[in-house]
Amino acid sequence: MATPLKRVRGLGAAHRGTETFWRQRVTAIANIPLVIFLVLSIVSHIGADYAQVKAYLAQPIVAVLMLALILSAAIHMRIGLKEIIEDYVHGEGCKVAAILLATFFAGLVGIACTLAILKISLGS
Amino acid sequence: MTNKLEAARPLSPHLQIYRPMLTMMMSIAHRITGVGNAVGFALLTWWLVAISIGPDAYATVDHFFSSIIGRLLLLLFTWSLIHHMLGGIRHLIWDTGAGLDKVSIEVFAWLTIISSIVLTVLIWIAGYALMGSF
Repeated sequence: MATPLKRVRGLGAAHRGTETFWRQRVTAIANIPLVIFLVLSIVSHIGADYAQVKAYLAQPIVAVLMLALILSAAIHMRIGLKEIIEDYVHGEGCKVAAILLATFFAGLVGIACTLAILKISLGS
Repeated sequence: MTNKLEAARPLSPHLQIYRPMLTMMMSIAHRITGVGNAVGFALLTWWLVAISIGPDAYATVDHFFSSIIGRLLLLLFTWSLIHHMLGGIRHLIWDTGAGLDKVSIEVFAWLTIISSIVLTVLIWIAGYALMGSF
């Protein structure tokens, strides 16, 4: 009456189980308060000058939340874009190229935003 | 990889076979707004990088976002973010197994559409109202 090992592990054919599905939900939940924070941050600084905007972003709490948003959004975006590409781009070469582009895009904007926040908050 | 055998097999009906339904359009809208948010993320990157570079770079970005095209892009980004967020909350509710009956999915769809537009308008009214406060 032993359960087969593959079912105990529950990882399925892709050997990753529901990891991506779950990660998309975790980042989705994190994105809700973080995006509300971003929108409030921007709306409350419309018309502010450079020094005011910079001083706001330099605050530790603001910087931490912005970094959290950037990380969570970049991961969520990469999974979402890949899913869309897999559904609509059928040629194997085009599909791989598109997924690579989506991955690099998510990585680059994520890193660029992170560096910007660090530079603003730690002083250049 | 498709071979001759696979090519001869019947295919299931594709998207254009079906009458467009609200829930189907919402699913497509969720994907389109997801891609829209990725474009918006690039705008956010430009803004943050410019702030980190200095006042001159920031002035360029600020000038762009103050223009008609800039404002239109930001308006679309606002709606895209809100719509995708509300659509995402809908998906999270569905993940629990709740709200999957025919009436609920229609109600959720209309709630998402109406709330996303109302919230976007409210955010922009608040934005314009606060503009002079600095």
